[in-house]
Amino acid sequence: MIGQIIQAVLLGGYYALTAAGLTFMLQVMRVINLAHGSLSIAFAYAVYTLAFRYHINPFLGLLMVLPVAAAVGWALQRLLLERAARGGELLPILSTFGLAIVLDNVMFQIFGANAKGLAQFLGDLSFAAYELPGKLYVGKLPVWILAAAVCVLGGLHLMLTRTGLGRRIRATAMDPVTAGLVGVDARQSAAIAAAIAMMMVAMSGVALGFRTVFDAYAGGPQLLFAFEATIIGGARSLWGVFVGAMVLAFAQTGAAMLHPQAFLLGGHVMFLVVLFARLALGQGSLGTRLRQVVRGA
Amino acid sequence: MTATLKAIGIGKRFGALAVLEGIDFDLSSSAAIGIVGPNGAGKSTLMAVLSGALVPSAGRIEMDGRDITELGAAERSGLGVMRTHQIPKPFLGLTVLENVLVGATHAGAAQGEAAYALALGALDTAGMRRLANRPAESLGLLDRKRLELARALATRPKILLLDEIGGGLTDAEAEELVQMIKGLRAEGIGIVWIEHIVHLLMQVVERLICVDAGRIIADGSPAAVMAHPDVVRAYMGGV
Repeated sequence: MIGQIIQAVLLGGYYALTAAGLTFMLQVMRVINLAHGSLSIAFAYAVYTLAFRYHINPFLGLLMVLPVAAAVGWALQRLLLERAARGGELLPILSTFGLAIVLDNVMFQIFGANAKGLAQFLGDLSFAAYELPGKLYVGKLPVWILAAAVCVLGGLHLMLTRTGLGRRIRATAMDPVTAGLVGVDARQSAAIAAAIAMMMVAMSGVALGFRTVFDAYAGGPQLLFAFEATIIGGARSLWGVFVGAMVLAFAQTGAAMLHPQAFLLGGHVMFLVVLFARLALGQGSLGTRLRQVVRGA
Repeated sequence: MTATLKAIGIGKRFGALAVLEGIDFDLSSSAAIGIVGPNGAGKSTLMAVLSGALVPSAGRIEMDGRDITELGAAERSGLGVMRTHQIPKPFLGLTVLENVLVGATHAGAAQGEAAYALALGALDTAGMRRLANRPAESLGLLDRKRLELARALATRPKILLLDEIGGGLTDAEAEELVQMIKGLRAEGIGIVWIEHIVHLLMQVVERLICVDAGRIIADGSPAAVMAHPDVVRAYMGGV
């Protein structure tokens, strides 16, 4: 039982890392990035290629991929999302949907149908474990992923609340026009936020590769988990994401204890319960409530 | 140094509808102009054109001799042209101090300690220091207006465009506001104030422009403009 709880907490750490990038883009750019999962898989493949072809340690590989991810985020915002946004609120979301389909199939073309993993490049670390009192063994990698999630969310929270860049990003997220009025380059703020979000996406992709294996179409489920964690957490704050990720992981793990195949179902049921509870208890028209659920505002 | 904002033959059309036509005036940073006019006269459009939210369809806007007609609001605020909104638009999720700091560090071009000093100075001027750590969403209307003013001041404006800042206030609150704006004038900030509440305007400005149907129909001392037959006609209907 304690073992299950620990496993759920560690799984929640991974979900928190995955959901962080999605929530950040949702909050700042008001875009649900449907290419979130596919992009994270693409970065995982990049680290895989560095390790497989050039024998670069995946941690070092991640460090090399992070600046690329930032550049991808910048370009994504400037070249795709910003332009699509001129056509209305729905277009950026549809654009990311299209991007996901293109990415998935390009990756399938390049890397084929065989599942790949990053754990093989880590040597002993992939199965090394900490021993807790009571003969409990906890995998080192999942613990590190949880620690990374806490550091990333905490660091981002500090950046948003304590620095000028953070104030600027929050101001742009709330009201880009007024932010422009007081001298903030709103386009640039959004591009910076996209770059930060994409670095988190790269980290979550690599974390997935450490935990398990992935193939070209593994992005869909990652997007789904990230979205469920975001919505359960309230889409408002980064700590909400953390809570949402934990709730999702506990629901999945708990359901799996009842029946081994109920793992995914447990998460979906929890998501739907929270979603409909929010819709039922919210204030205002159905549209207003839905906006509150998705945007937290 | 005095800064000069100049509007030369400003026109703005939305399709076939001409909202502004042939608006000319100039303002130095040591002056205060009031703009009055009936509803729909084009006052708010004029404000949007001056602040850079809208690009005029005709004419030119100059700041210190430099053509700024094509510049957006962000660049204009960096040059010292700043506006406040009729309905205050604070960044609701930020605290009062954070709201003002955003202005100080961007259009105000201040950093570190200097930015905090600038922001706190602006809060003092607007009488908002005691609320510095309150979230902006918890403020009432008067305090939101004060915050709007403080955030504008933190950008170190040379010309401040005030859009109906007196609306919805009690007499005592309005009086406080008038004193505050007089203080800004004394510091050498040029004021363009659009207001329905003419007696508030009269206490601050030395020049009044009356706009009707997109044109300037009177321009001069407040008393002369209010007595002008065209102005009386615009407000009272045909005489």
